[in-house]
Amino acid sequence: MSLEQFQDRNVAEQNYFHVDIPDYPTTGWGKVKRAASRTFKGELFVGLWVVFREMIKFDIHTVQYPKEKLPVGPRYRAVHEMQRLFESGTERCIGCGLCEKICISNCIRMETKLDENSRKLVTDYTINLGRCIFCGYCAEVCPELAIVHGPRYENVSDQRAHFTDFSDMLTPIDAAISGTQKEFDGFGAVTPHEDERVKTTPLAY
Amino acid sequence: MDIAFLIETVVKIVVILLVFSALAGFGTYFERKVLAFMQRRLGPMHVGPYGLLQIAADGIKLFTKEDIVPQNVVGPIFKIAPVITAATAFMAAAAIPFMPSFTMFGYEVHPILADINIGILYILGVMGIGLYGPLLGGLASANKWALISTARAASIFISYEVITGLALLAPLMMVGSLSLIDFNNYQVGGIASWIVWSQPVAFVLFVIAGFAETGRTPFHLVANDHEIIDGFGTEYSGMRWGLFFIGEYANMFFISFVIAILFLGGYGDGSGLGALALLAKVSFIFFFFLWTRAAWPDVRPDQLMWLCWKVLMPIAVINIVITGIVMMF
Repeated sequence: MSLEQFQDRNVAEQNYFHVDIPDYPTTGWGKVKRAASRTFKGELFVGLWVVFREMIKFDIHTVQYPKEKLPVGPRYRAVHEMQRLFESGTERCIGCGLCEKICISNCIRMETKLDENSRKLVTDYTINLGRCIFCGYCAEVCPELAIVHGPRYENVSDQRAHFTDFSDMLTPIDAAISGTQKEFDGFGAVTPHEDERVKTTPLAY
Repeated sequence: MDIAFLIETVVKIVVILLVFSALAGFGTYFERKVLAFMQRRLGPMHVGPYGLLQIAADGIKLFTKEDIVPQNVVGPIFKIAPVITAATAFMAAAAIPFMPSFTMFGYEVHPILADINIGILYILGVMGIGLYGPLLGGLASANKWALISTARAASIFISYEVITGLALLAPLMMVGSLSLIDFNNYQVGGIASWIVWSQPVAFVLFVIAGFAETGRTPFHLVANDHEIIDGFGTEYSGMRWGLFFIGEYANMFFISFVIAILFLGGYGDGSGLGALALLAKVSFIFFFFLWTRAAWPDVRPDQLMWLCWKVLMPIAVINIVITGIVMMF
């Protein structure tokens, strides 16, 4: 079966068919006939051929994980990142508190104050990753595209708190100034090659 | 008994023990690789080049693991059971000619430990005793899974032995000897004189019985991992479990040798090419053991008994009668 057939959601007129399974034999002679047909049909050798064919084709699907990694989609929601403004390198976070408010597992905590320019300054920002369910609401609600989800899914540490050290989440300032900070396309961004995967909406089932 | 014979025998014993213990390790590696390739995986890759040193890692792990004897087990039997499996597997090797005899430093070496005149009977008998390992280990384990496995071992035990004996009777009548060397010499005349052509039914029956004897996949009932965890091996750990493993894989190699010598011409005329041919045959049969594991489903214990008693045994008896009639006229 090819991929197109799988993706064609018009299931009614596809290649579906009823498998012809005969009833179980009830008489003794019927059982003898079934045993004989199973013995001489050579189905066991079909099975042998199938696995042997796969072996000589050597079409290996293993991803040797630490050496090879599968690409992560842009909509992947892993550990959060705090973005900076380009060129100036100022933190984008304006301390509005929307992410703290919308967080459904109450895992974002922030403290703010007014700095000398009467601009709101975030003094303390933590995300309790033990509670976070990675729903992505914080990134969705952020008016400044300051808090986003990054692609970092490999987290090893002594403590969970280490993942969300604010200075870790924050983009390094040189990356922001040199313009290499990866921009978040926004919540609901389209993955690359999505056009090819778009399917026609089925009209009839 | 002269000293040279003694030394030769001891050297042979050590060589067989070392070679087949190592081969059992390599057998696990080949099994994992072949199964992986058949399932589009890579198998062990990390330890050493292409995972070759995985055997060493597994061996070190097994040797250094804590030897646990759980509560409520019957200690002495629990401890002796793996030894039975491994020891009988290697004892069976005593009557198998692994290679044609060759001359080394002006001394003729027979690569068979004891060319006894009841060779194949001895091999089958000792291999049969090997099933006492799972039987006793499972009974002594104080574990329900192990107990089920024991019941299955008993049911296999009483089923396949009949087939092995009866299937071999017809070729035995043709050869007129129980010695594996006589079997080999009977088939010296090349591929056309292999017993598999004159006794195809006996060959198929013996291979089926061999699968039951070694507990390989179509009849992998005793330690069927997805049904009864590891059966008799559930409570075992460390080197005791490793002995079961070595016994199982050594058994596979020895039964491959027996099949190759009994039915597939053995080492032929005894030349170097013949020895290589024997190794090729044994390798293929061993590969077949792994191959079926990837391809075939397991049968239930009652199906195995049904197969052995109701199907294979009548066929074996008919085979013997026909062989007798053909030999008589």
